[in-house]
Amino acid sequence: MKNLSGAIRPHNGWKVIVAENNVFTLNIPSRTDNLEIIRDFVITIARKQGFSEDSIGEIELAVDEACANVIKHAYHFKDDKEIAIQVETDEERISITISDEGQGFDPSSLESPEERLQKHARGGLGIALIRKVMDEVTFNIHPGNTHVRMVKYIPQAS
Amino acid sequence: MSSFEVIRKDNIDVSVLYLKGYLDAHTYPNFENELQKLVDERRYKIIVDFQDLNYISSAGLGVFMGFIETVRDNQGDIKLCSMSPKVFKVFDLLGFPTIYQIVKNPDEAHEKFERGDKTA
Repeated sequence: MKNLSGAIRPHNGWKVIVAENNVFTLNIPSRTDNLEIIRDFVITIARKQGFSEDSIGEIELAVDEACANVIKHAYHFKDDKEIAIQVETDEERISITISDEGQGFDPSSLESPEERLQKHARGGLGIALIRKVMDEVTFNIHPGNTHVRMVKYIPQAS
Repeated sequence: MSSFEVIRKDNIDVSVLYLKGYLDAHTYPNFENELQKLVDERRYKIIVDFQDLNYISSAGLGVFMGFIETVRDNQGDIKLCSMSPKVFKVFDLLGFPTIYQIVKNPDEAHEKFERGDKTA
């Protein structure tokens, strides 16, 4: 895989850690037809790192949901915008940061999936899914400068 | 990239939609259109077969939410079958099995329609 380290633009308050051979970044136009490319990008790295197929499926889902949110809610389907996906790996974990320059949102204002389901409401389920499948999820939200960081640990043999 | 396909087969009053490929925020309108056509034709007994579906995200699950009330208000249902463990997991994580009937195969789904079984 081509190492695209350094292609991501640093923002105020956000440090880009570029380590040798284990940071991969993809900057891609904000379009739904690119979701498949984004998923393949992350799957390839997770598989190389030794995650189980089950865990790879969860990572794939989390990244897809985060990027679909950016396309819809941060950029309102404007395809001249860009999403940055940074994947960092070490022996213990995979850490994925999705960055955008949209207006941001308040994750605490979201209804639970149970509430959404009860109302037969569509949408609003992506973040709930991300929280369920990843070990750590952190939102760093500022208008014009939003990052969602998701971490999954590799199960260690006892 | 052609990543998603829906094939429809009608069997008397029950219609089956066979999904193939990847159902995500890009491809869901295709599935939504097929369900809308069924509702427009007043065909409310619907089976969705996931046998050849490799992937689903919440955008795909959201499509069901848009139709289930209309379909049930007209004495129909949307029954789901033949999911891989990977696809079932996404439905399960969001609590869908409490609202939708998810069965092993299309035969079982047909039987449930014949018996008028609506229990999720």
